[in-house]
Amino acid sequence: MKKRIEIVEHIDTSQVYAELSDPLSGGICVFVGAVREFTENEEVVALEFETYKTMALKEMDKIAERALEKWKLNKVVMKHAIGQKSVEEPVVIVGASSAHRDECFEACRFLIDTLKETVPIWKKEIFKNKTVWVSAHP
Amino acid sequence: MEVLFFGIAKDIVGASQMAFSSESDTPETVGALKKHLAETYPEFSRLTSMAVAVNSEYAKDNVPLKRDDEVAIIPPVSGG
Repeated sequence: MKKRIEIVEHIDTSQVYAELSDPLSGGICVFVGAVREFTENEEVVALEFETYKTMALKEMDKIAERALEKWKLNKVVMKHAIGQKSVEEPVVIVGASSAHRDECFEACRFLIDTLKETVPIWKKEIFKNKTVWVSAHP
Repeated sequence: MEVLFFGIAKDIVGASQMAFSSESDTPETVGALKKHLAETYPEFSRLTSMAVAVNSEYAKDNVPLKRDDEVAIIPPVSGG
């Protein structure tokens, strides 16, 4: 299977090497997004993610297809977690494998940047005394 | 027609779904739905952006709405 697109409760980062490994790939590039403890000096307790799942999977699939058209890739992985995640927990993982490193580095950057622009997933920052939907207001 | 709300849109409306039951009160287009929501809930106009999906695809303002469409209000996305 060339593409693996999932919305999951928990991301297991130890699986990704096996999922991207391929006899024709000499390079594997992975990006993992995790929960950071501070947003503009304010302490974050947790992040909560929700999604419009059917559409999110469709949009993630479109991004993976575009990457497969743009670069010569052997495998592509895109997974996003939903629910409440605490500091240091992984929330998103994307990666690609290719014969040489340039293709997978460029594709990996494209996968995460485009996911952040178009995939219907929303993140609420939970601070000690308030919650904020990220990017909702200018 | 069922309209789904996510993220801050759900908080603004106070519900995750809204039904337009009769043909007469169902907005005819995506643009008309946006206008209706902005008039009913002024908070929507304060958002960075507001997109609409029809049958889980982003839809422009001129897209017509039909009774059996699944419509979703997409406030600014913030995955990753």
